[in-house]
Amino acid sequence: MTTPVLQARGLVKRYGRVTALAGADLELLPGEILAVIGDNGAGKSSLIKALSGAVVPDEGEILVDGRPVSFSSPIDARDAGIETVHQSLAVSPSLDIAANLFLGRERRRRGVLGSVFRMLDRNGMRDEARRQLDALGIMTIQNPGQAVETLSGGQRQAVAVARAAAFGSRVVIMDEPTAALGVRESRAVLDLVLQVRERGLPVILISHNMPHVFEVADRIHIQRLGRRKAVVDPKTVSMSDAVAIMTGAMEPPGQFA
Amino acid sequence: MSTTLSQSHSSGGNPLGGDDTKRSPLARLQHLLHSQATIGPAAVLLVAIVVFAVLSPRFLTPGNISLILQQVAVIGTLAVGQTIVILTAGIDLSCGAIMVLTSIVMAKVAADTGLPGLPALLLGFLVGTLCGLLNGLLVTRLKLPPFIVTLGTLNVFFALNLWYSESATIRGTDMPSLLLWTGQTINLGGTRVTYGSIMMVVLVAAMAFALKNTAWGRHVYATGDDLEASRLSGIRTARVLLSVYATAGAVYALAAWVLIGRIASASPQAGQMDNLDSITAVVIGGTSLFGGRGAIVGSLIGALIVGVFRNGLALAGVDVLWQTLAVGVLIIVAVSLDQWIRKVKP
Repeated sequence: MTTPVLQARGLVKRYGRVTALAGADLELLPGEILAVIGDNGAGKSSLIKALSGAVVPDEGEILVDGRPVSFSSPIDARDAGIETVHQSLAVSPSLDIAANLFLGRERRRRGVLGSVFRMLDRNGMRDEARRQLDALGIMTIQNPGQAVETLSGGQRQAVAVARAAAFGSRVVIMDEPTAALGVRESRAVLDLVLQVRERGLPVILISHNMPHVFEVADRIHIQRLGRRKAVVDPKTVSMSDAVAIMTGAMEPPGQFA
Repeated sequence: MSTTLSQSHSSGGNPLGGDDTKRSPLARLQHLLHSQATIGPAAVLLVAIVVFAVLSPRFLTPGNISLILQQVAVIGTLAVGQTIVILTAGIDLSCGAIMVLTSIVMAKVAADTGLPGLPALLLGFLVGTLCGLLNGLLVTRLKLPPFIVTLGTLNVFFALNLWYSESATIRGTDMPSLLLWTGQTINLGGTRVTYGSIMMVVLVAAMAFALKNTAWGRHVYATGDDLEASRLSGIRTARVLLSVYATAGAVYALAAWVLIGRIASASPQAGQMDNLDSITAVVIGGTSLFGGRGAIVGSLIGALIVGVFRNGLALAGVDVLWQTLAVGVLIIVAVSLDQWIRKVKP
């Protein structure tokens, strides 16, 4: 059996008397798109936040390539090769595209200019930003020197995805990447998700949109009441059955996964 | 570079591509001001200089320019620290109090104990930095709004200043000459310029470089733009805020040195309104009070605009009260402009 790239075992997260995660498990296999669906309050966000280091779980463990890790900040998860596209995108609107792509990991110039004067390698970062956008087929964004706030919702999403794809060496997590987008923009972002997988990076995709989930996912993780209720194959389980399992109207068929 | 920014035409095939909407001249102006925040203030300064030069033949004389620069040096220096705080969506009401406290520390320690100029100066810098650090700790640890933190420390630092100085002014003749050096002048092309003014310009250039060309500078902007997004992007936002408030404190100590040179003494009652004047300079200079947008050079221009207005109106024989009214109107115009610029459409 293949070792999961990213695995969660028995994660528990409580907020006061509310239990957001009640022993949640998750397995992400190499090269797959794993969709995570669940009703509101099922613990999707808490699960994803735990995996991306944004919250620290009270119990349970997280394994990367089979080795236990502990994330106390988003920086730890990032250092482990896990990049997250947050629903809020986590971009800085007034900075330009290249600056956002390299936010928090800026490159400095070589030599004295970089080591003593701490000068940023603007041109290098701009060229690399251009390369990353081109590689994902979003070269129609004219200029990496453009401020992110001048971009449309879909373009901002593309910048956030490009950042994750550029720096994620193991896993890319995307939280509701199409939630705020129109039909055409959603289409383009889904293509980006597929392209990230083509690069060999496994993706965790959190979405409310069943048609999107069923279109791109290899497996679907159904979260319910703070736990993993089932993992289903979108080719054998219908959309309405997945929703029924998600809402508790139906028990999952056989043993899950 | 940015030539393709607004004229670009996308094929329209890719929804993630650039937009090609035609803009009205007004919208284009909005976009220009949005991308270059200092253009507006620079234009205002130029117009003001031209108008006052026409109104009064004395305005552009070397002596008068020198005077404006001296008058602006203290506020301009304070404004550098104020700008980096405001860029993080903060505000520093305590800057004037920190400056006065450090000026008293520098002067009184030297006058009382005979400590030479350099150690007295360094002690002042230490005090200024620690005061700023205290502000930063209160903002990041107790998570109090910067307005409240610095309103509180303004009173604390001012009281400490009255206590330590025993409300007495320290005369320049009792101080080491190094502390008064910032008030000395050198002749630059017929204009006598104080070392304090030159130091302010050098400080502005150095801070502008740091904000524009270092990762720290970007993190300052990003933290002010969106704190949570910055944290999720892996920026250690608490550390950025601490460094900003501490750096601002050190800058206020520099302002204290400039102040001592300017008034040739150290007075516990000096600079009572300087905190508001520095905020005025920053705001008129195009830096947004909501954080994440603006530039240091703008604040220098803002300080110069206030200086030029006051000086020009005085030369034109206008009463002080109208000068003050003019500055008030400038502030409101500047902030209205910022609000309008922020509403820029993608």
